Amino acid sequence: MSDALLLRALRKPESMRRFAPADWDVMLRQARNTGHLARLCVVARGAGILDTLPTRLRERLESEYAAVAQQHRLIRWEVTRVRRALARTTVPLILLKGAAYLLTDLPAARGRQFSDVDLLVPRDRLPEVEDVLLDEGWQFTTLNDYDQRFYRDWSHELPPMAHKDRQIILDVHHNILPPTSRLRPDPRLLFEAARRLPDSSLSVLAPTDMVLHTVCHLLQSGELDHCLRDLSDLDVLTRHFATEVGFWRALVPRAAALGVARPLYYGMRFANRLLDTPIPEEVIRDLERVAPPRAVRVAMDFLVTEALVPGHPVFSRRMRLARGLLSIRYHWLRMPPPLLIRHLLHKAFARREPVAGGPAAV
Amino acid sequence: MKLGDLAPLDLAERMKRQGLDLDTGPFVVRITTPIANLANELRALYCDFTLEAEGGLADFHLAVRHPAGPLGVRRYWRRQAKVYVDETPPFEPLPIDMAVPMLEWSINWCAATQVNQYLMIHAAVLERHGHALVLPGVTGAGKSTLCAALAHRGWRLLSDEFALIQPADGQIAPWPRPISLKNLSVDVIRRWAPDAYMSPPVQNTTKGTVVHVRPPAESVRRARDRATPAWIVFPTYEQGTANRLTPLPKARAFFRLAGCSFNYETLGIQGFQTLSRMIERCDVFEFAYSSLEDALRLLVALPLPAPLP
Repeated sequence: MSDALLLRALRKPESMRRFAPADWDVMLRQARNTGHLARLCVVARGAGILDTLPTRLRERLESEYAAVAQQHRLIRWEVTRVRRALARTTVPLILLKGAAYLLTDLPAARGRQFSDVDLLVPRDRLPEVEDVLLDEGWQFTTLNDYDQRFYRDWSHELPPMAHKDRQIILDVHHNILPPTSRLRPDPRLLFEAARRLPDSSLSVLAPTDMVLHTVCHLLQSGELDHCLRDLSDLDVLTRHFATEVGFWRALVPRAAALGVARPLYYGMRFANRLLDTPIPEEVIRDLERVAPPRAVRVAMDFLVTEALVPGHPVFSRRMRLARGLLSIRYHWLRMPPPLLIRHLLHKAFARREPVAGGPAAV
Repeated sequence: MKLGDLAPLDLAERMKRQGLDLDTGPFVVRITTPIANLANELRALYCDFTLEAEGGLADFHLAVRHPAGPLGVRRYWRRQAKVYVDETPPFEPLPIDMAVPMLEWSINWCAATQVNQYLMIHAAVLERHGHALVLPGVTGAGKSTLCAALAHRGWRLLSDEFALIQPADGQIAPWPRPISLKNLSVDVIRRWAPDAYMSPPVQNTTKGTVVHVRPPAESVRRARDRATPAWIVFPTYEQGTANRLTPLPKARAFFRLAGCSFNYETLGIQGFQTLSRMIERCDVFEFAYSSLEDALRLLVALPLPAPLP
């Protein structure tokens, strides 16, 4: 098992001070490639060691922190625009992930890099929400027929949208996992437990559900680049919610009710192994009951550890292999085999859309 | 050790393996490439820059490689170069002879997208007696031509592309990398400064024909000496015009500078404060010019701004 410098730094920020210059360099690149520079800045500042780091490293961390602070300002603005646009409807709206952490001032928002707003609405209200947003100036970022169909028939969200005057992507979901997936949580449970934001028509998921959404995203999402970020969210969220009475006691039963006990098992296992996330004994015991067979566990331990953080210098062959295998697993769980074959054939042979941009005019 | 002191073969070997850590002043840039020609051209352009010891901490990590293309044909036929920042290519590959400009643009791209310890404005910066002249400019306005001309007549080059303004004290940090010249200005500067080293012209880039001029050794030696901004001059080259400096209202200058900043919005309130302080202490002009000789005379004669009350 490779113990990535970045993981060591996230677990024990003080350990960064004793790194050799070459280690700082590797850690910097690992953090940059996984979008963790700003988080690392927050962690180092929290441990009171930011000023003891080499100036060059500190400048890189603080620079990215400033960039993330700007992203957060843009996201807050976008959320108010979405709220106003949808004010004329009575659709219940739940903010998900980053935007939810930000709007509820959770520690998980600090230094977290993200560039889209994720919204959850009831499936039967989706057409209404779509009409209002299109009417208010949002547009789909992809108009390709196949992509539209992919999102509408086989995904748990509308195709991504953005307001015509702004850059922030808006993803409107009707569930936290795709309808074609092997796991099908009932979104009605999420709406029933959601918590209203003060002075707002928006809600966020209940603490247990927020954590469960993160674990669903962790290995059920095709974006392996975001894997470590999801794990880090899970770490910060559970440490924070542990102070809420009854959080840990409710977590495993809630996962069972939503049918996502296995993702919770994996999420907590890796958060604990890689980031030292504290988990109460009885939760560990309950989770052992939903553990996969030993062989699967060993394989997943290897794959996730390898895939999570770029090693030295940047991407290793083993990491590519691990990511490839996890990506196969993701697709396998994402849709039934006939649909999967069809989708992959389409992706392999459909003409690629041209990639925008040559060298910038800098 | 200076880059120019490294034997070409050692340099090529080092760039192929662990890469070269080039101390460019505010940033250490690590460049790795198996392309021997590129190594040689970099050696010529950056010969006065200091090399960092191996195994250190770099700000930016770039690699230039040959993409293999389908069936590897690109290794032999119509060879290309592709720049990777860490392991991500920011741009599409270009023909191999565009490797130098592409690498230079990629280094600029790194700063423009990853740096926020300075307020960064797209501008050339030069200095005399500790006072900095900032020449912001849209592409094609003649900023780089003027910059190259002044840098070879007694002004110290701070940067051709980036005004790096420190929010804490408003001082400008130098980043004296090669000056990029385009099209007609190449010959103008060749006549103006016949001794200046220029990289071989690269034709048919998105910006036309491009060369890079080696920064003067003295500017590189003083790459850590900051300067206080005194004049902000928006240059425009107009053929046949009589050179004229026109004072520009500061409020207008503010919006124009914010518009050509890479990270004004990202810095939020700090960006606003840094920019407004700089504009308050500077004299601001628009400058139409056609003759470099006259331009030099006018700019040298600029009086220092009145001290702030």
